[in-house]
Amino acid sequence: MPRINSPAELKELRKDILSKRDPDKPCITLCSGTACHASGSEEVAASIEEEIKKQGLSGKVDFRKTGCHGFCEKGPIVVIHPEKICYLQIEPKDVPEIVSQTIKEKKVVERLLYTDPTTNEKTVHEFEIPFYKNQERLVFGSNGKIDPKSIDDYLALGGYSALAKALSQMTPEQVLEEVKKSNLRGRGGGGFPAGRKWEECRNAPGEIKYVIVNADEGDPGAYMDRSLLEGNPHSVLEGLIIGAYAIGSHEGYIYVRQEYPLAVENVGIAIKQAEEHGFLGENIFGSGFDFTVRVHRGAGAFVSGESSALMTAIEGRVGEPRPKYIHTAIKGVRDKPSCLNNVETWATVPLIINKGADWFAQLGTEGSKGTKIFSLVGKVNNTGLVEVPMGITLRDIIYKLGGGIPGDKKFKAVQTGGPSGGCIPEEQLDMKVDFDELAKAGSMMGSGGMIVMDEDTCMVDVAKYFLDFLSDESCGKCVPCREGIRQMLKILTNISKGEGKEGDIELLEELSQVTRDASLCALGRTAANPVLSTLRYFRDEYEAHIKEKRCPAYVCKALISYYIDPEKCQACTICFRQCPAQAIAGGKNQIHVIDQERCTKCGTCFEVCPPRFGAVKKISGEPVPPPIPEEERMIARESKEK
Amino acid sequence: MSEITLQIDGREVKAEEGMTILEAAQSVGIYIPTLCHHEKLEPYGACRICTVEIEARGRTNLVAACLYPVEQNLVVRTRSERVDKTRKVLLELILAHAPDSTELQDLAQEYGANKARFEKEPSFCILCGLCVRYCAEVKKKNAIGFVGRGTRREIIFIPEIASKECWDCKECFPLCPTEALQAAFLLTKALMAPAPTSAPESEE
Repeated sequence: MPRINSPAELKELRKDILSKRDPDKPCITLCSGTACHASGSEEVAASIEEEIKKQGLSGKVDFRKTGCHGFCEKGPIVVIHPEKICYLQIEPKDVPEIVSQTIKEKKVVERLLYTDPTTNEKTVHEFEIPFYKNQERLVFGSNGKIDPKSIDDYLALGGYSALAKALSQMTPEQVLEEVKKSNLRGRGGGGFPAGRKWEECRNAPGEIKYVIVNADEGDPGAYMDRSLLEGNPHSVLEGLIIGAYAIGSHEGYIYVRQEYPLAVENVGIAIKQAEEHGFLGENIFGSGFDFTVRVHRGAGAFVSGESSALMTAIEGRVGEPRPKYIHTAIKGVRDKPSCLNNVETWATVPLIINKGADWFAQLGTEGSKGTKIFSLVGKVNNTGLVEVPMGITLRDIIYKLGGGIPGDKKFKAVQTGGPSGGCIPEEQLDMKVDFDELAKAGSMMGSGGMIVMDEDTCMVDVAKYFLDFLSDESCGKCVPCREGIRQMLKILTNISKGEGKEGDIELLEELSQVTRDASLCALGRTAANPVLSTLRYFRDEYEAHIKEKRCPAYVCKALISYYIDPEKCQACTICFRQCPAQAIAGGKNQIHVIDQERCTKCGTCFEVCPPRFGAVKKISGEPVPPPIPEEERMIARESKEK
Repeated sequence: MSEITLQIDGREVKAEEGMTILEAAQSVGIYIPTLCHHEKLEPYGACRICTVEIEARGRTNLVAACLYPVEQNLVVRTRSERVDKTRKVLLELILAHAPDSTELQDLAQEYGANKARFEKEPSFCILCGLCVRYCAEVKKKNAIGFVGRGTRREIIFIPEIASKECWDCKECFPLCPTEALQAAFLLTKALMAPAPTSAPESEE
């Protein structure tokens, strides 16, 4: 590949790539992100390749394995271009029909289309599906169009033109000003203005400066950075190079989790391609600007996503946070000025340079500009990754994009911001989502995790889950974080076991305060959020656990019992046969009774009891009614002839 | 080095740029309690007992005095209701691990900390890291280190190094705010552990 030495040569190359591509030629794209991979996209890919050959279409149809499309609930996803016909949950057996019908005959295969769960209406095109229709996919949108291993695909979409513009038409100061003006705030959690961080780093004394991509995403349920880095690594790289130019840095790091093998692979390929094209290395675009980048693979500690811990890890030491009274932008990796931003933040930069700060700043809210990718998971119909403008309401995200709560259940709360975020209740659903509003509600943006919970969720149990996660993932260095979390977790565990005491809530609040005030890093300072936000909105649940020994959501095992309503039991013997603890007494025509002593509360009986009987009940906070006497258990069946 | 004037507990204090609040306070005899601090070692900021209240740029904040660099016109309060309350809870948290340490008990008395507030888990060690850092930074032996993360963090002697280096040193013992019990115990245990099956790599 010839080196690109100027913006003009880049334009030529792009023209050349496009001239070889016929926009009307059919192209099958298949989502090959990690989620679809897990749902079998590799097998689908093999059968697409085979079927193209088999049906004599070699050379007449393109096939592209792309990054994540976001609609992971319905993967693997196939989109047929140029019509953008979208097929969902594709299996290898569907492929022959897709090729023979849609590619050859230009006919739509109805049964593979998106079906609206309420109206049963079919949707042909990707952009008409409600999940996609209500999104604004600026950063994430290219994922579905390009093969992440192909730099040509990225260049065809105008890739590296922002870098060319920055390097040839703008001074570093102008680039910096543009980013500052755009009011881009860091997408990694804190929401610190990126431009200000860049400026601080640029103005910090020292010849050697570093720019760093934080791809150490570790929140349970969050995978937007992963999908971006896997699906469009060049966009992250381009943003990083532009940032380095603005800051005056010549060395960069991409810190990516070892647990993200596809991201590691794709970013490695992207770096090599960018080097070959001259987008990395010496004298980029003939501008005299040099920049190299290295991949640093993280060893799996959640806390290493904290910027100072990440930098300590890059230095080859244990990834533990250090004080940031002097910002890392001034004293970071090896005490040199280091500018760290999250994957999504860097990927947004080329857009700002290409389209301008004014364009970017008109999207979003007063204090939070642009779009944000959220990973929408939990008790919601359409799980996946969504990119929406800041300021959209939580209700729209959960109901319009997410399609609401499955199984006619009631919404209870949405947990945002990862383990250190908070739970937001129903009454706040019309809140406009941005950095400041989420913080006001006692949660945070975090990196964009969004876990939807329905009425079957116990909020004490949720707080306990996150504190348990944090007790493993705190580095353990400072007392308030390590010991505060330890004690809070103990109290929560006791409450959920029915051993809560008067004063526990106040003690949780006191510990939360100290953990928040005195911890060394952001992990500790936010660790109490799951406790504080659930206490703020669901205090009555805590009180029910403590005072009435009752779990209102019927989750905490120690506080619930299963009971078979003798009026409703039809002696069908399903639960009797399936109980793994043999705790159910019963038999043919015998009303079943649970032996409370033997019951392990696994819930199998509750799940298998046919809904038309609905005989198995969960009880909490009240005594289990005594079993009916054995002599009364016989069911007298009416004769069928009658 | 330029001179900086700040206010600590109402007193005007002169300090040099680069000094911490703790150093500035100590230079004029103002006492701030510490547990993980040692003048021969790099500031660490783990025990947080040195937490003080500062006023800077119109905001009040709690910071660790052993780490926070002095600033012109900074206002520092080494005692306040919020500071005392924080120190009290921090002491209660570590007293659960080392209820009999006299150093901790003295502090507990000062701040009204109740050593029985949290369930006892006597590990003796409060993970201040003085032994670990002294061995690494001053002795440069790294015979003792941290293992584990989060609530499972603990200190451990590395038998291969400890069996060579520790017998004639033991300089870490008197540093321990919980009276070296844990250090001694762990050292003994490490030395008594069966020899590793494969010969340790030679350092030379």
